[in-house]
Amino acid sequence: MSDTVRIVSIIDDSHDTKTFEFQWEEKTSPGQFIMVWVPGMEEIPMSLSKTARIKSITVKKIGKDTQKLHDLGLGAPIRIRGPYGKGFDLKKGKKMLIIGGGVGTAAVIPVVKETGADTIIGARTDKDLIMEEVAGKYAKNLWIATDDGSKGFHGNAVQLMREKVTESRYDLVLACGPEIMQYHLYKACVELGVDCQLSLERHMKCGAGVCGCCMMDDMRVCRDGPVFTKEQISKMKDFGVSTRDECGRRVKLG
Amino acid sequence: MLVTSVGKLRLEKPGMVASGIMDETGPSMVRMLKCGAGAVVTKSIGSEPNPGHPNPTFTELKCGYINAMGLPNPGIELFGAEMEIAAKSGNIIGSIYGASPEEFSRLAGKMEEYGAAAVELNLSCPHAAGYGMELGTDPAVVGSIVSAVKSSVSIPVWAKLTPNTHILKDLAIAVRDAGGDAVVAINTVKAMAISPQLGKPILSNKFGGLSGPAIRSIGVRAVFEIRAATDIPIVGVGGISDWKDAAQYIMAGACAFQVGSAIGTKGIDVFSAINTELERFMKDYGYGSISKMIGVAHE
Repeated sequence: MSDTVRIVSIIDDSHDTKTFEFQWEEKTSPGQFIMVWVPGMEEIPMSLSKTARIKSITVKKIGKDTQKLHDLGLGAPIRIRGPYGKGFDLKKGKKMLIIGGGVGTAAVIPVVKETGADTIIGARTDKDLIMEEVAGKYAKNLWIATDDGSKGFHGNAVQLMREKVTESRYDLVLACGPEIMQYHLYKACVELGVDCQLSLERHMKCGAGVCGCCMMDDMRVCRDGPVFTKEQISKMKDFGVSTRDECGRRVKLG
Repeated sequence: MLVTSVGKLRLEKPGMVASGIMDETGPSMVRMLKCGAGAVVTKSIGSEPNPGHPNPTFTELKCGYINAMGLPNPGIELFGAEMEIAAKSGNIIGSIYGASPEEFSRLAGKMEEYGAAAVELNLSCPHAAGYGMELGTDPAVVGSIVSAVKSSVSIPVWAKLTPNTHILKDLAIAVRDAGGDAVVAINTVKAMAISPQLGKPILSNKFGGLSGPAIRSIGVRAVFEIRAATDIPIVGVGGISDWKDAAQYIMAGACAFQVGSAIGTKGIDVFSAINTELERFMKDYGYGSISKMIGVAHE
């Protein structure tokens, strides 16, 4: 359940995002996450961006904890525990559309590799795009959306998804990205009558389904999720509306 | 068959969710009640919002969990909104922590107002400076807190005790003498884990509380000792994950029990599994009720 691994390679994904690879024998499935810690930072949850024998986490520098990870070099030890949570349920025979927004793209890359399904990657600008090359190698079709139009479709990933779903029939959308993106994506899926599974995020402490800090309504993001079905999401009042801070206080999103 | 009572409080099922597990929000407590728990004890709530200790606050070990959450909670005022959702679905025991008899009394009054079926005084958390076991290892302090809370609320007052002491039975006697309605034993055992590869303590607080199978035998012994020393009702807790563990606590003298870590290791269905199997055992071995089983190991 917990292990200390050493970084075997570091990939620069963009100006603020790096992937750290390590060898870890634990069996994991796409969409699962681990808790990651080195001394001097707070332990944080990270999705796995590779799930074979060589595993990886993809870290966007957003604060002091992610900065600490960015400072690590080859061979540095990291404490990890997990894998935790329920990943994507990849249904055979369904036509799938995979959507990654921002650094959330890293969490869906293992799904792209496993299914080869059509994929949309969204980012603010072409400089923020990550993993375009690997997605392009495995996805049947890869489409890019940037908010400023610097590459691919000019607009967000949800607008592009609406176009693609209207052009061609999909049975299931699989996604990870900022909650605001996924909120609009969920609404689009309801409107267009497409099933979906979304990977969600909340402040986590134990990661193992014990402490109850990462609740969305009565669901634990760490254990019942982080990937939730359309039906589960339809019952959530918190989704896209409010989160909980580290004291457990309700905080409005947005 | 599984009906029991802790003093005046009647419970349809003998197992409760221990404080700190799936009990920070209203909807999570409702879910646990639906899973076959006879009651849910809330996260320990204090006067002000508290973020707790920074992560890492938790890790799995070979034999259980170690945690130093540091009593995170939204504070008693905001917790009213969670209680409003939970208390109408079943028995909610309000766990509270304070630094003085006055603070405990004020928090207990709020919990009563919110509809708590009882209050559980946290006199035993091993990882919060100035609270928990730092107060709860002195019988005089324990007595003064219990007696202050008793005089300010009419719901039952339970005291959750720490095993990190050699005078556990004196603490239980102090609770009884102060008019307390029950003792809850045990809280986690103060412990530590170090990462050899990183050369550092794993928890940000360095020390934490050990829970799970590793402490079950300590808890059973503690309950047995308390039962031998006083007749105050006992709620047994510490490392219970199946019917055999629960039966041990009951036979040592507990009239009800709590489950914490096993909600993680076994899942939220642990209560329904214990209920079914405990009932089957009772039928097979001729125990017509929980009360017939309480303390039999002393006879």
